[in-house]
Amino acid sequence: MTEISADGPRAAAPRTVLEGAWRLADFWAISYRRTWKGSVISSFVEPLLYVVAMGVLLGGFVDASDDSLEGAGSYLAFVAPGLLAAHSMTTVFGEASYPVLGKIIWDKAYFSMVASPLGIGSVVLAHVGFMLLRVAVSGAVFTAVMALFGVYAGVGGALGAWLVQVLIGAAFATPLYAYAVSLKTDVGFAPVFRLGMIPMFLFSGAFFPVANLPVPLEVAARFTPLWHGVDLTRMLSLGTFEPLATLVHLAFLTAFAVVGWHLSVRQLTRRMMT
Amino acid sequence: MSAELMISARGVRKSFGEVEAVRGIDVSVQRGEAFGFLGPNGAGKSSTMRMISAVSPVSAGELRILGLDPATDGPEIRARIGVCPQEDTLDTELNVRENLYVYGRYFGLPRREVRARVDELLEFAQLTEKATTVVDHLSGGMKRRLTIARSLINRPEILILDEPTTGLDPQARHVIWDRLFRLKQQGVTLILTTHYMDEAEQLTDRLVVMDKGRIAAEGSPLGLIEQFSTREVAELRFGVGQHEALAEQVRDLAKRVEVLPDRLLMYSDDGESVVAGVHERGLTPLVTLVRRATLEDVFLRLTGRTLVD
Ligand SMILES: Nc1ncnc2c1ncn2[C@@H]1O[C@H](COP(=O)(O)OP(=O)(O)O)[C@@H](O)[C@H]1O
Ligand SMILES: [Mg+2]
Repeated sequence: MTEISADGPRAAAPRTVLEGAWRLADFWAISYRRTWKGSVISSFVEPLLYVVAMGVLLGGFVDASDDSLEGAGSYLAFVAPGLLAAHSMTTVFGEASYPVLGKIIWDKAYFSMVASPLGIGSVVLAHVGFMLLRVAVSGAVFTAVMALFGVYAGVGGALGAWLVQVLIGAAFATPLYAYAVSLKTDVGFAPVFRLGMIPMFLFSGAFFPVANLPVPLEVAARFTPLWHGVDLTRMLSLGTFEPLATLVHLAFLTAFAVVGWHLSVRQLTRRMMT
Repeated sequence: MSAELMISARGVRKSFGEVEAVRGIDVSVQRGEAFGFLGPNGAGKSSTMRMISAVSPVSAGELRILGLDPATDGPEIRARIGVCPQEDTLDTELNVRENLYVYGRYFGLPRREVRARVDELLEFAQLTEKATTVVDHLSGGMKRRLTIARSLINRPEILILDEPTTGLDPQARHVIWDRLFRLKQQGVTLILTTHYMDEAEQLTDRLVVMDKGRIAAEGSPLGLIEQFSTREVAELRFGVGQHEALAEQVRDLAKRVEVLPDRLLMYSDDGESVVAGVHERGLTPLVTLVRRATLEDVFLRLTGRTLVD
């Protein structure tokens, strides 16, 4: 048959950003089906390796008092929540950098999305949503491993610690996304990894209390989203929960996510709707 | 006007910083028409198509697509049009069927409906056998057919094609022309750009000649040829560098003479008598050819330049 028929349901513009994003679910599912094998190690094996290497083996050499470990009963209990938060961050750095720019300059998938009735907001939301789903899945694996090693004070804390990984993910994902869609080529990513991700990974309280840093560095560390994420995850995991600090952490991370969201929509609009 | 206005542009402009790509164009396209933009590279065709596709805001002027304003109703417009951009924007990582399927989902169509349409469009684009081939492995002509098939997934009221056959071999072009012709016969409003005069002549009912961001003329292919050219053209090729001087000796034999670097074009309603007249003056061109006038001649007349350089 070479005629195309003319009846059937009519295409329509989505009524909300969320409805538009949901229309992209099949695209992300099909894309992920092609690439999931590459992410198995980082999502599923890394958490186990990190907890064993840093928490159990390295932790075996750390002989510190509860006080110097911010109330954690062991180095394993101190470092595991930090590793969880840091892993959420590195997952997002991987997902919100090259793969985002690639949708514009390599596989061109964004061009067909914006040619359809979908709005820019839906395109951003679906892609960020996909990243956060990745964070949630690898966070769940991490959480299971930590539970196995008896890190958590209780079920509620474990659940809370897992849920805040999504917020930590969002706090990194949207600003990075805005940056990625502003780039012409991928050379702009290496500095962000070297000067942003790696220093944060090492010095934002995941491996040792930031109070051990010289004061200027300690202050700087306390302004990174990762420190807020680490401290929040740790308080929830260990049940050392303080309401005011919790609110500050939530507000700080939410602010990053919201500002990053607006920048992302603006930058992608500039890039695609010229 | 009683017919339904699908596109209406009044004084539409597009600037990119200092560059003025489109410098005020007026266009109206009726339902069911096949409308063309013919012009050389850099004329502003793609910039115009992107504005009509509601993915590029106008810099000035008034543009209405299906009666809607793309500045405020972009999604609504895009739901009802089909777009085949100049550069294929297929997802190179996905296979043929997946490309069609995910795109159909963007339009809010139910999964089952999209699957049925995908099968139908694979047939239409003669890609059924390639359904599971990854796009990266398709030929240029197949990619183009897939892009056209994809643009039909929402059963568009207007199909916008930016240079549908540029870069394809003649056979691949004819396959695409055939498919577009079928769509035209089904009543789909077609808007296409091209820098091939044969494509414009084959496919369009009406066209504008575009140059340097402006519309130089508007009409049907035949009407434009009648208005801006004679019926026939005698092409005479002499030795290199002689054309300018020889033109003076034969200018009175034709209604109009154009000097190109490699030949003389002599415009007359009777080409053969022009050639005879040239020979009578003792001139012997290396090659002579009498042909019907085309849109290429119209373009040359309007701009002093050839379409494809
Ligand atoms: N995104 C852009 N940024 C800057 N200049 C552009 C852009 N797109 C097109 N142009 C310029 O606008 C002019 C018209 O281009 P275009 O619309 O692509 O013409 P055509 O499709 O007829 O070849 C050219 O000079 C081109 O360089
Ligand atoms: Mg073009």
